Amino acid sequence: MASVAKSYRPAAKPYRRTWHGSRDALVLLAFVLVPFALEMFWTFWPALNSLYISLTQWDGISPPTFIGLDNYARMWSDATFLLALRNTVLWLVLFGGLSVLGGFGLALLLDKPRPGVGIYRAIFFLPVVFSMVVTALVWRMIYQPEGVVNGLLSAVGLADQARIWLGDSDTVLYALIVPALWRQIGYIMVLFLAGLKTVDPLLHEAARTDGANAFQRFRHITLPQLRPITTVVLAVTVIDALRSFDIVWALTKGGPYHSSELLSTYQFSTGVLGSQLGYGSALAVVIFILTVGTIIVYLVRSLGEEESA
Amino acid sequence: MTAVQSRNPRLRTWLFHGGMPVLAVLWLIPLALVVLTSLRTFDDLAASGLASVPDGLTAEPYRQALASGQWRSILNSLLITVPVVLVTLVLASMAAYGLARHRIPFRRTMLLLMLAGNLLPAQLLLIPVLKLTEQFGLFDSLMGMIVVQTAVGLGFYTFVLHGFMRGIPQELTHAARIDGATTFGVYLRIVLPLTKPALAALGSLCFTWTFNDLVWSITLLRSEDKLPVTPAILGMQGEFVSSWNVIAAATVIAAIPTVIVFLRFQRYFISGLLIGSSR
Repeated sequence: MASVAKSYRPAAKPYRRTWHGSRDALVLLAFVLVPFALEMFWTFWPALNSLYISLTQWDGISPPTFIGLDNYARMWSDATFLLALRNTVLWLVLFGGLSVLGGFGLALLLDKPRPGVGIYRAIFFLPVVFSMVVTALVWRMIYQPEGVVNGLLSAVGLADQARIWLGDSDTVLYALIVPALWRQIGYIMVLFLAGLKTVDPLLHEAARTDGANAFQRFRHITLPQLRPITTVVLAVTVIDALRSFDIVWALTKGGPYHSSELLSTYQFSTGVLGSQLGYGSALAVVIFILTVGTIIVYLVRSLGEEESA
Repeated sequence: MTAVQSRNPRLRTWLFHGGMPVLAVLWLIPLALVVLTSLRTFDDLAASGLASVPDGLTAEPYRQALASGQWRSILNSLLITVPVVLVTLVLASMAAYGLARHRIPFRRTMLLLMLAGNLLPAQLLLIPVLKLTEQFGLFDSLMGMIVVQTAVGLGFYTFVLHGFMRGIPQELTHAARIDGATTFGVYLRIVLPLTKPALAALGSLCFTWTFNDLVWSITLLRSEDKLPVTPAILGMQGEFVSSWNVIAAATVIAAIPTVIVFLRFQRYFISGLLIGSSR
């Protein structure tokens, strides 16, 4: 504002000047630094604290004692940790894999304009707006001993297969994955539908003229064109799978006898509800390490976009 | 997607219209079951079980759920969620405006740090944040929930708005500058109005995510009269052990606010998920 005339020169960089205008600069500083500081204080500062607490033994009341890496060493002889780790990996593979496949399948089916496509999309998307707790309560009724699943099994003559789905350590983890999938698939479908919109129809047209069949066009045109959205979906899925907590906590709290324990639920019972803050923090660090690979993919990707923009 | 199908478009259409309704009905069965259960009497359910044909409908379970204090928990949820949405949108749009439209030193580093902070798993933050809220006297208070949920989520909203604001033509803000507008004036009168669609999208996402939260409320709140509706309906299971009709009614009530936001902002909601995914 001090030199309005300069703004008319195409070579001028008007934004640099506002940085020097003193009152404007203060406003700008507050604009950026208040949100930045607020978030850093409640995220990175606690995260650094967690790293330190994970190296201590602490009951949350008396001062923590530093014990080095003992908490991490303890994990390998902790049967519950190993079970939770196994379940978490299984959860990642099954929940992650099936939600991507299911969401992709639905997106392919609902991509082309047909009568009713909008309604179908809305139906499959609807569970996404419910909380995991609402989802959990819905499915708790289905899994009840006198509930729908067992009722259906008896109706088709498989009454001997009926069981207490959430109380049986052989079936509980799979019984938890189904409602989680019910809620996630619609979300993944929407992401892939957006990806499919970016596929250029002219490419399909050209390939058809050259005699490519539907499968060849899918394999060599659709799939390669979807690569960017697929990267995003995979990253979202891995992060969501490793963060999964609500559905398990709401339905079983990791039971019976830890058989549906995930790292996140085990961390919550030991560190937040229990009094082993050191060990709980070490478990949180393990979850973080499992996730961090994905986050790096995320950041590298958005950095690349930033530079090409 | 096979060659046979593509040569028989009519067969394919028939398969689609035969298969899709079945799948859609399967998808809706859990919801239909809950709504139906919420309208049945306790005696009916006790006599014939959940998987049976109802012998009459009643609104009594809804009255019981609300009478047991669900009003209070819905109110708590809104008292947390509405401020979180408003403060988040104000702070994130301020930061995004500063970072996207000005040559601030380290602007890219700050943006990426904020996004990275948002991607830290909640588990890594729970214990230290719990201790911090105790120190500040924010533990077991709605204010604590508002502060923590706002601060922890800011990075994502800032990042998305930053991308959106970069797309606003420079000429518009230049012109306002020449007319003598201040930094704040450009933000308020030019940038914010142009960002409205993104704000609506992010606002509806933020509402749903905050309203649906479980892990922060069971970490930071202890008093039953302060619990939002998500943890409260979990607690109701203990109170109404086999009263499935009341639990179903409470579940339906707990889902209503997010469904309303979804229906009202449907267009924005989905575009919000999409900009969210392209981060």
